[in-house]
Amino acid sequence: MKLITAIIKPFKQDDVREALSEIGIAGVTATEVKGFGRQKGHTELYRGAEYVVDFLPKVKLEIAVSEDVLEQAIAAIVKSANTGKIGDGKIFVTALEQVIRIRTGETGNEAI
Amino acid sequence: MMHIFQQKKGLTLCLLLLMPSIAMAEELNQANTAWILTSTALVLFMTLPGLSLFYAGLVRSKNVLSILMQCFAITCLISIMWMAGMYSLIFTDGGSVHAFIGGLSKVFIPNMGTSNLVGDIPETVYFMFQMTFAIITPALIVGAFAERMKFSAMMAFSAIWALVVYVPVCHWVWGGGWLATMGALDFAGGIVIHITAGVSALVVALVIGNRRGFPTTAMPPHNMPMVVTGAGMLWVGWFGFNAGSALTADGSAGMAMLVTHISAAAGSLTWMMIEWIKFGKPSVLGIVTGMVAGLGTITPASGFVGPVGALAIGITAGVVCFYAVQLVKRRFSIDDSLDVFPVHGVGGIIGSILTGVFAAESMGGLGLSMSMLEQVGVQTLAVIVTIVWSAGLSYVILKAVDSVIGLRVSEDEEVQGLDIILHEETGYHNL
Repeated sequence: MKLITAIIKPFKQDDVREALSEIGIAGVTATEVKGFGRQKGHTELYRGAEYVVDFLPKVKLEIAVSEDVLEQAIAAIVKSANTGKIGDGKIFVTALEQVIRIRTGETGNEAI
Repeated sequence: MMHIFQQKKGLTLCLLLLMPSIAMAEELNQANTAWILTSTALVLFMTLPGLSLFYAGLVRSKNVLSILMQCFAITCLISIMWMAGMYSLIFTDGGSVHAFIGGLSKVFIPNMGTSNLVGDIPETVYFMFQMTFAIITPALIVGAFAERMKFSAMMAFSAIWALVVYVPVCHWVWGGGWLATMGALDFAGGIVIHITAGVSALVVALVIGNRRGFPTTAMPPHNMPMVVTGAGMLWVGWFGFNAGSALTADGSAGMAMLVTHISAAAGSLTWMMIEWIKFGKPSVLGIVTGMVAGLGTITPASGFVGPVGALAIGITAGVVCFYAVQLVKRRFSIDDSLDVFPVHGVGGIIGSILTGVFAAESMGGLGLSMSMLEQVGVQTLAVIVTIVWSAGLSYVILKAVDSVIGLRVSEDEEVQGLDIILHEETGYHNL
């Protein structure tokens, strides 16, 4: 099992969710986060006072998947979250030791 | 009758000169009464919730409730003080010292029956209408000490300030005091409200000191939609403020409403254009700040000038107040946090002086009882006296309150935010 952590542009959240649903992925956790990468920040101006905003709003999606759908899921995220511009985000894949469904106590792939 | 006439002299003194017939009205005029009842609601609506939301959106989220609380508490405090003595000290006969202060005959408004008239409206309505102006004035100052003042110190300062700054100046101009006798024109509160509050705001900012981290740390508005909502309410409420100050439901009220609206629109567009040219983008905060500048600046002139004068005043307000903000906050790094002085103080000053110019018939105004030069002289004198009085006494009050209560919360408390520290509440909850 793997945990996919995808940092994407906030307005792409619905597109990614749809793309994942289409390949049968049933669970996603989304968090509003802030960060910066190559896109850097931007400036805001209030009554002439300039503020540099270093951290830009992003959405972090966490998806637990079984090994056999991993590549499919990554491809779906890359395709649906891509705008071709700097700031589209990143995908991290980490090993996932265990998954437990709280209601039934099922574990492993059964619980995903 | 003489007694009642004395009170009415307040706000309408100048109108009386223009239209003496109104002064003689003794019977209740229901149309006028209906309009002033409406205007009273509109002016209170400017403070609650107009100004409250406008200011609350401009601060950081950890201080949103402190601003709303301050405006609400000031409203309640001034209302009781108004009944207790402010109304009497402004609008009753002060006898031998009437040039400087009114009397005590209406302390706790005894005998305030339903049939008392001031001019041709019930005294109850007149009392309430004037009260709403006294409420918004100290509430305006809140913007200068936002995000760092102790609530107790704020209450003490506001109460004493209302008594020693607002009451005398209001009496001098609207209560038949010496400035009114000299012929100073202030239709709806350029001198009485915007200069007193604006100048005092600058003094407060200097005495209490900058917010921790100003000007290096970013302190952007936490909720711009709230700011714009409050600004829209202020514009609407200002119709009661200026057109209500005619105390009649007639053409003069209509003209006051018209010039108020034109000046607001002109101030908004002017500020927006300056930002667009200077910074590359027309900002939302810019257009609404220009609106407040246009409204504050037309206030003293609103019953005396014509539409073209209003256009000129609105444009002037947009330009001058914009550069005043840059000067105070950027150049001198004075943390008048929500720009009360550059918008209200500077707007009140230029509006009060320009009233002497654009009220003249040759400038499309409704006419002056003296030459334009003399009127500008009287206006300038009134402005200077009000600046000195407001600044000097504000300084003394602040020093006194500081020595007894202390003005500021501690650095640690300031970082945590006034909402949780002073009120044990937070504006927003996550889960």
